[in-house]
Amino acid sequence: MSHPGGLAHDEPWPYLWTMNFGPQHPATHTTLRLVLKLDGERVVDAMPDIGFLHSGFEKLGEHLDYNQYVTVTDRMNYVSPMANNVAWHLAVEKLLGIETPPRCQSIRVIVAELARISDHLLCLGAMGLDTGAFTHFIYAFNPREQISDIFEALCGARFTNSYTRVGGLMYDASPNAIEMIRDFLKQLPKTLSDMERLMNRNRIFVDRMKGVGVLSKAEAINRGCSGPIARASGVTRDLRKNEPYLNYRDFDFNVCCAEGGDCYARYLVRLAEIRESLKIIHQAVENLPAGPVNVVGTGPFFGEKTFFANQSRSENTDLSPSASRVILPDKKAVFSTIEGLISHFELVMANRGFRTPCEEIYCATEAPNGELGFYIVGDGGPRAYRARCRPPSFVHFALFPHLIRGHTIGDVVAVLGSLNIIAAELDR
Amino acid sequence: MAVTDVTGRGEAGPATIVELPEGVAVTKLDELVSWCRKNSLWPMPFATACCGIELMATGASRHDLARFGAEVFRFSPRQCDLMIVAGRVVMKMLPVLQRIWQQMPEPKWCISMGACASTGGVFDTYSVVQGIDRFLPVDVYTPGCPPRPEQLIQSIIDLQEKIQREGTLFCREFDAPSRQQPPMALRERGRGIRD
Amino acid sequence: MMDSRVIQQLQTAFPNLTASEFRGQTRVVAPVESIHEVLETLKEKFAFDLLVDITCVDYLYYPDAEDRFGLVYLLANAETGRRITVRCFVNDTDPTVPSVVGLWKGANWLEREVWDMFGVRFDGHPDLRRILLPEEFTAHPLRKDYPLQGRGERHNFPVITRAEG
Ligand code: SF4
Repeated sequence: MSHPGGLAHDEPWPYLWTMNFGPQHPATHTTLRLVLKLDGERVVDAMPDIGFLHSGFEKLGEHLDYNQYVTVTDRMNYVSPMANNVAWHLAVEKLLGIETPPRCQSIRVIVAELARISDHLLCLGAMGLDTGAFTHFIYAFNPREQISDIFEALCGARFTNSYTRVGGLMYDASPNAIEMIRDFLKQLPKTLSDMERLMNRNRIFVDRMKGVGVLSKAEAINRGCSGPIARASGVTRDLRKNEPYLNYRDFDFNVCCAEGGDCYARYLVRLAEIRESLKIIHQAVENLPAGPVNVVGTGPFFGEKTFFANQSRSENTDLSPSASRVILPDKKAVFSTIEGLISHFELVMANRGFRTPCEEIYCATEAPNGELGFYIVGDGGPRAYRARCRPPSFVHFALFPHLIRGHTIGDVVAVLGSLNIIAAELDR
Repeated sequence: MAVTDVTGRGEAGPATIVELPEGVAVTKLDELVSWCRKNSLWPMPFATACCGIELMATGASRHDLARFGAEVFRFSPRQCDLMIVAGRVVMKMLPVLQRIWQQMPEPKWCISMGACASTGGVFDTYSVVQGIDRFLPVDVYTPGCPPRPEQLIQSIIDLQEKIQREGTLFCREFDAPSRQQPPMALRERGRGIRD
Repeated sequence: MMDSRVIQQLQTAFPNLTASEFRGQTRVVAPVESIHEVLETLKEKFAFDLLVDITCVDYLYYPDAEDRFGLVYLLANAETGRRITVRCFVNDTDPTVPSVVGLWKGANWLEREVWDMFGVRFDGHPDLRRILLPEEFTAHPLRKDYPLQGRGERHNFPVITRAEG
């Protein structure tokens, strides 16, 4: 058979097709754009074009104070907002040198793990959807709704939670919410095994996933991968184990790794991580410490040299504030006592707020998608001088051309689905 | 066929009442067309950000948009007549949005879902368009950040009502001068440059 | 203590390196001329094989700041999780630093982002284009002298009315 144009079979193709993929395409989930160079159906090269959702998160971080900015972090990885809330305030607390009480830490672990489950569920569901299994998506969405209900019981918002505060939480977890979490823990394994039975040995699904988009361990490290994507390639790094934050040290769980490095391995790692998260939540809920959720008393922060927001640097002599200088007072106190009202205004008014050290800090957490870190520069004032977010999706999307080269155009959606790119986190 | 005096003035007027056979109803063609249109909206989910996830939740198992006849999400603008803009639209995305809007066949409607699509929301920054209605006609605004699925369903019901109320066969309602112009704020300031 | 050994060895190799520590995080500041070498040594000799992030801070309005842009390289070890922060400072009128794409491929997009947001040029970068903002954008928005609401770029679009639809 000869090619049109009278070319012999082994002569190189004189041209390549260029195909635009996105930014409005169902399989790009949101707003990614790829320009693919095709040789027939084979992808020769791919050029990602991003920024279709760049909304200036980091600039905004320089204009909102440490408590306000949490609302913006919600919208960063909008599939698991709680994980971002926790990451942001951990970083702020590290800058201030605050240690939150055990109950707060446990609740944060619970919500972060719930967020991980809901993120992985969406990712798995969408992987199924992209490869043609709509039922899988519907299966995955039901538990997500349950998680939304739990979050609603915790903080009143089902989706954009803004649950954490500097040095604590917006509200304590109510017994009702804890009961809901227990229910959820009972029900999810059944859904999970349904999902597993539907997909794990499904010929079509496995054929489309296995051996596609292979990432070797060395490449994964060289390209800065983290989270499930790195672990699917055999990197054992998990920040919850490697540098335990919150009280992850107290829980018994495994780090899920795979060797394959292909889309199927990433699928399996995510699936396994959901089960590990269930284990963590179970332990945390059953051993939930009593006590306050917000910081009380003094921590190392209060003894250090820090600066008043509205004073020049030379006046930083008298420093013996109480914890109320950092924690937003209880709403009840604000509405019913004058002290509460005053301390509330002291914190929220412009030019007030607490003081931060003139220092820089990087603090990372293991978000569902990988290492989510914040690099915060404090300049003494109530707002961050620079609030850099280290987004896992950004680093992972850069992998895409490497993963897709040589595969067919049908694999584009499989690889995209397995990377779980969240556009708002990608572009910020 | 019976002829009756409907004027009540004792004159045998030209008016007649026709007794219809069972199963036949009479209506205006406009209303019939609107009724058809409103019950088979095909949404084009222009989901850019967080609101898009709630849009997915609206279409997924619990909230099930299919109950209101608008579940056939189509990702090709050529097949749709309702654009749901869910999420913030930024500088780089706006030309894409406009292009997609222009590709949709008439009659078409637009729901601006969420604070960001309607006003820019929390993102009053250099790159976010402060409300898509500055550059596109919008029929229904859904408040919320993000709107709950119930709210989105409500705005679809509202849109259906609107279509029933004012829809015409040849879409004359879109020709009204008030609908030809960009919103007030833009008209007063020329191109809508606010700052 | 591991870190102090690293610092000592680094400082013998690069005498004008300053090191500091804050809340358990080790940070070194290297002059821009030797930044590439320092990073290379850290990667090859001290097994900081994972480039976590490259970012930049504009110190224009920072109290007591001397230099304008501070580049930040966050490195880690993939096995142990040991971390180190490397920094260097550059100044206005075409700030330039050497690119590290040769060391870590993951640096490619990170450097493009810094260029896009701050206008710091990376020497030797294979493809230094804007990444998040449109190509025709002229400013570098994360610089401190750029206003939060921009300079009207976000409104510079044609309006589509019903009739044109
Ligand atoms: S309105 Fe709120 S939820 Fe919707 S896109 Fe904007 S920030 Fe996200």
